[in-house]
Amino acid sequence: MRMLDRVSRSPWIWSWLAAFVVWFATIMVTGGASTLDLSQAALTFAAFSIIVGIGQMFVITLGPGNVDLSVPSTMTLAGTVALKLMDVDNAMIVPGLVVAVLIGIGVGMLNYALIKALRIPPIIATLSVSFIVQSAAIWTNRGLRIKPPSFLADFTTANSFGLPNVAIIALIISIFAWFLLEKTVYGRWISAIGQSTPAAKMAGIPVDGTRFVTYVFCAVLASLAGYLLACFSGGAALNMGSEYLLMSIAVVVLGGTAVAGGDSNVPGIWGASLFMFLVVSMLNTYGLGAGIRLIMTGLIIISVIMLAGGRQPGAR
Amino acid sequence: MRLTISADAIRLAIPALSLTMLLAAVFWLQPRAMSYVGLNLLFNLAVPIALATIAQMLIMAVNDLDLSMGTFVSFVACVTATFLRDAPMIGALILAGVVMVYAVLGVVIHLRNLPSIVVSLGMSFVWAGLAVLLLPAPGGQAPDWVRALMTMKPPFAPMAIVVSVAIAAAAHLLVMRSSLGVLIRGVGGNERSVERAGWSVLAARAAAYGLAGFFAVLAGIALVGLTTSADANIALRYTLLSIAGVILGGGEFIGGRVSPVGAVIGALTLTLAGSFLSFLRISPDWQIGAQGAILIIVLALRLLLNRVEKREKGR
Repeated sequence: MRMLDRVSRSPWIWSWLAAFVVWFATIMVTGGASTLDLSQAALTFAAFSIIVGIGQMFVITLGPGNVDLSVPSTMTLAGTVALKLMDVDNAMIVPGLVVAVLIGIGVGMLNYALIKALRIPPIIATLSVSFIVQSAAIWTNRGLRIKPPSFLADFTTANSFGLPNVAIIALIISIFAWFLLEKTVYGRWISAIGQSTPAAKMAGIPVDGTRFVTYVFCAVLASLAGYLLACFSGGAALNMGSEYLLMSIAVVVLGGTAVAGGDSNVPGIWGASLFMFLVVSMLNTYGLGAGIRLIMTGLIIISVIMLAGGRQPGAR
Repeated sequence: MRLTISADAIRLAIPALSLTMLLAAVFWLQPRAMSYVGLNLLFNLAVPIALATIAQMLIMAVNDLDLSMGTFVSFVACVTATFLRDAPMIGALILAGVVMVYAVLGVVIHLRNLPSIVVSLGMSFVWAGLAVLLLPAPGGQAPDWVRALMTMKPPFAPMAIVVSVAIAAAAHLLVMRSSLGVLIRGVGGNERSVERAGWSVLAARAAAYGLAGFFAVLAGIALVGLTTSADANIALRYTLLSIAGVILGGGEFIGGRVSPVGAVIGALTLTLAGSFLSFLRISPDWQIGAQGAILIIVLALRLLLNRVEKREKGR
């Protein structure tokens, strides 16, 4: 009973519960025929939102006003440039990955340079950067659609041990992120800054360094997700990141991370990402039109956040 | 007393100065723009953006953020191009209804202490869905009176400028001069002290959201008046544009520090940035990027002038 009590009070349980309910409602309609397919598809598509969501979570944890809007354009640029560099050649996979990560580091550094040097609010700074990065992507892409190297195309769409490969990558990243947040000084620093920046400063925490690393980390995860997504979908498209702007924020908040910062959790991202995909596939299964589907998605997001309830600021 | 006035003036001078500089650059590149018709073309699309920016500003005044502004304006545009033309009564009722929805959202967000970002994110899906239901493909037609209003040619100054000044004046009276405006900004500044002083924070937040809904509805109607037809995705850019406009105009995300006149000027600056770039003949690939660069330059300018403001205060 005490265990149950503790579980029901953890913020991530709601997103998992919601994901499970929707999953169950979907397989009830199909009569359990496509249970395995549905679960695998959910894990595959959720994996991308999990990777970008974790980066966004680190940024949001830094406190009010911290959010990275350059995630979609970073994904697009990294995917485009990496595919162009690899040029369907299996031998170029590693250089492609390195370039994608370098792009992430570059965008993250640019983001924080603007935030710090020009004291621009992070939302506007990352928005401006995203415009520039998007332009760079348009310029390199030129409407071409280059196929990914065959090995990567197979790898990102295949399963091992019954789990999609991209989900396994997302799991490794999640464990790494959880370790960073819970077990390292760096993770404690992020939370401390999110709870009170002046207090963190007085406690001698290197606030600027920590924030810098966090913005770079977020951009690197976005570029990694872009690299994987471009390979998974058989080529980079200029709009491939666009849905991940709102998605990355939604999974973080639905997952139970405090919007005001200072309190994050990794398992919630998984529940929320699975939930976001499953809602759409459930409404598809019911054969609803695009308009109704959008309305339902919105209403479900609002009901979940209302059920989970706004936590009182300061309450832990 | 003189000191605070000068600080406020400098706060407003920053957006005004950047707009003037941008305008000067446009005139230098294309002297023919310096005419009645030219100005009207330059600022035409600024009217809906300015209205949406005022709406976003009202929400930011109570420390919230509306991520559904773009889809909401699109939805209103769809209603205007269909119901408001064919069945004005029903159309007007729908628009009044959605303003009420906005006020109710404010109440819900306040009562349940929800993050406005997530609620408006959810609502953005709802508005997008409703817009797609109304107009699955681009179409509809603007009501004649809206079209006539937006293409009116007043003497001396083009319609776009006249309307922008009127919007700025109305919003200024509402937010800076009325007691309701002070209450709304007070909620953003210090919610608890407003509550202790005996005001209803709930009512203030509902009023802020309702007014924001009202201005956003006006934005949608004005937009259809200019474009003559609507589309479910017509105004998606407005979410980010409206936030950027408020910030450019000297507003802050928290603390209830907003400036309606600044917000309108911010919206004009953003509109002008687009025209400026096409006059520069920048390759279309880099148009969006250059818009980002302009945003950065203007904000850098603001930092510079903020330093001046600080020095004034220190004196």
